[in-house]
Amino acid sequence: MAEEKKKELPEDVKARLKAGFDLEWRKELRKSMPAKERARIPRQKMPERPAEVRSSDFGEVNQGLPAAAALLEAKRCLDCPNSPCVAGCPVAIDIPSFIKLIEKGEFEAAARKLKETNSLPAICGRVCPQEVQCEAVCTMKKAAGTPVAIGNLERFAADYEREKGKVVIPALPSSTGKKVAVFGAGPAGLTVAGDLAKAGHQVTVFEALHTAGGVLVYGIPEFRLPKRILEAEVDYLRKLGVELRMNFVVGRTATLDDLKEGGYQAFFIGTGAGLPNFMKIPGENLVGVYSANEYLTRVNLMKAYDFPNYDTPMLLGRKVAVIGGGNVAMDSVRNAKRLGADWAAIIYRRSSEEMPARLEEIHHAEEEGIEFHYLQAPTKFIGDERGRVKAMECLKMELGEPDSSGRRRPVPIKGSEYVKEVDLVVMSIGQSPNPLIGQTTPGLKMGKWGNVDVDWKTMATNLPGVWAGGDIIRGGATVILAMGDARTAAAEMDRFLRG
Amino acid sequence: MAKILRRERLVPNLHVLEVSAPEVARKSLPGQFVMVMPDERGERIPLTIADWDREKGSVTAVFMTVGTTTHKLARLSAGDEIPVFVGPLGKPSDIQNYGTVLLAGGCFGIAAIYPIARALKEAGNKVITLIDVKAGYLLYWEEKLRKVSDRFLVSARDHRFATKDYVPAKIKSLLAEGAKVDRAVAIGCTYLMYSACEATRPAGIKTMVSLNPIMVDGTGMCGACRCAVEGKTRFACVDGPDFDGHAVDWAELFARRKSYLDDEIRSLCYWERTQLAPCA
Repeated sequence: MAEEKKKELPEDVKARLKAGFDLEWRKELRKSMPAKERARIPRQKMPERPAEVRSSDFGEVNQGLPAAAALLEAKRCLDCPNSPCVAGCPVAIDIPSFIKLIEKGEFEAAARKLKETNSLPAICGRVCPQEVQCEAVCTMKKAAGTPVAIGNLERFAADYEREKGKVVIPALPSSTGKKVAVFGAGPAGLTVAGDLAKAGHQVTVFEALHTAGGVLVYGIPEFRLPKRILEAEVDYLRKLGVELRMNFVVGRTATLDDLKEGGYQAFFIGTGAGLPNFMKIPGENLVGVYSANEYLTRVNLMKAYDFPNYDTPMLLGRKVAVIGGGNVAMDSVRNAKRLGADWAAIIYRRSSEEMPARLEEIHHAEEEGIEFHYLQAPTKFIGDERGRVKAMECLKMELGEPDSSGRRRPVPIKGSEYVKEVDLVVMSIGQSPNPLIGQTTPGLKMGKWGNVDVDWKTMATNLPGVWAGGDIIRGGATVILAMGDARTAAAEMDRFLRG
Repeated sequence: MAKILRRERLVPNLHVLEVSAPEVARKSLPGQFVMVMPDERGERIPLTIADWDREKGSVTAVFMTVGTTTHKLARLSAGDEIPVFVGPLGKPSDIQNYGTVLLAGGCFGIAAIYPIARALKEAGNKVITLIDVKAGYLLYWEEKLRKVSDRFLVSARDHRFATKDYVPAKIKSLLAEGAKVDRAVAIGCTYLMYSACEATRPAGIKTMVSLNPIMVDGTGMCGACRCAVEGKTRFACVDGPDFDGHAVDWAELFARRKSYLDDEIRSLCYWERTQLAPCA
């Protein structure tokens, strides 16, 4: 959305990395196996359930690395002195340290190392786009062609700790007596809550829905992020003393000013993405045209896949077209397959090169029989006499000059329209920030996309004592970017509260 | 969890629900709604706020038993708890001194227009209330509404009122007899709102309606509640629920509201079969 801060590691992080690098055991571990030998180890494959089995249920696709494979994978990390991976991580996890702890067999210590900088490692290990972050700059990628599977190792350590019941609540400092209000229990809000609770502040998270997690609960499907993992993370926050207030819409149930009068001293706005975008083409409001948000919310939050055991219904399609090429589109189209679609396809206006979804999701979708139709976009949806979508008209594209995003702009090919029969359409072309907080907080400076305006260095808004992060400032981004914003904000908020 | 203070049948198929929700009560304004979920497996549905008591900390809504959710709500009693009662949501109704305002309500809308009528009356308007019921025994909150109305009219189809009126006919005759109406508000089933708007359209009387599309989250996230108003897509949960009825694409709203008709019947049958104790 707005200008992103350029990633340059702060001096204290650099010092911390250096101290870890210089530890005696790290030196010995490095010496124990020559780099060449490490580079010869193949990247360990994540075990996954067969496509034909998993595409008809909602069980998790990836099964997690077994310990032996994790040990081997950890050996692939060269523990190189410059550790570029850390700068590639939006929350600057000390990646070499946790991987080397795995190599040493100290899995719990690895998990605790992760949690020093990332309160939700089991989640990030599953949903981060590692291939464009830490793994993109991994030295092993240059050396051997395939980067260390950092994300899979992160997941391994976090899962090990949780499954073995080894999660320990860190000793909390004595209470500062300062009250913090966090708006939204999504990835950004939960991260701020965790960091500030660990710093001794009294944190309340206000959540509009009846379940905590934000996009992690209503958006990301069970087959990619099982809800029990999220529940464990939320439980952990409760044990840190964080209070979670569900069914509370900040701006409506109480405003920021009301809460200030109620004694809260610092605020974090993490209310996330809001209204889904549509293309403004004819037929978009036909029955059977869903926004991805609604489609996924019905399935994930309301459990419509188990209708009528759960009361919320959803329309099922035999021929489902998902418009868009991001992770949300992949989640939607794979959901459609699991709900019985014979034909489930991605319709994307650019080519596969420009598609923003995680590589792994694209591979998984392909394995599950999802079709990908590149360089085309719908121009209208056609309904039957009852107002239900029955077909769509599409227009083919070719790639032209690069646009402001640096990607080549799709240009319509004249006369290339064709009509395709569909009975369900999911629009997954992004969303605008939630409008409520802007509507109900006088004086809060908003950006031109309806986002909350922040100073990108500190995540501070124009209102004193109020910070913001995640999709409410970015529009539609990723879990880890939201968490990165949250960590920056939490550090600033802590400084402010101690000020 | 929100605690039920009262759940009573007002007339056949219509129930009043009073819930302890001090924060919602403190902020409630005419025209707003709450999202309600009757149990952990339930659906989230919007209910228009019909009244509130800030001192007692309670919020009241009136609902009609239609599908599974409302049938579940109709079986609650004082002391029961429901997992979701969140609000107040949506933009409040515009309240100004317009002169004379005609308020038409039917079904749950009889209750829903009450706080709007009260506020309009307080703002100095002359309030004409027009209630639509199939028959006299379905009329409720008459005394409450009379207190905030300058004129109280009923369109009904039975002997008690000696008429066979519907809302649009009643509006037309009201205008024909020369009543000056500066603004109208219609709340109830989609057909009532649509037909009230058609009746006021020739006279050019601005008519506000409280749209009732299907919602899921109700807080501006999912987009289920989109409606076409003046040819633009608007979201009833955050842009509404009140819109200018003369600019609403009613055909689209009718179709979208019927999206899950088959499923709604299936859900209710399933619930009756599996969850209800057999009648004694």
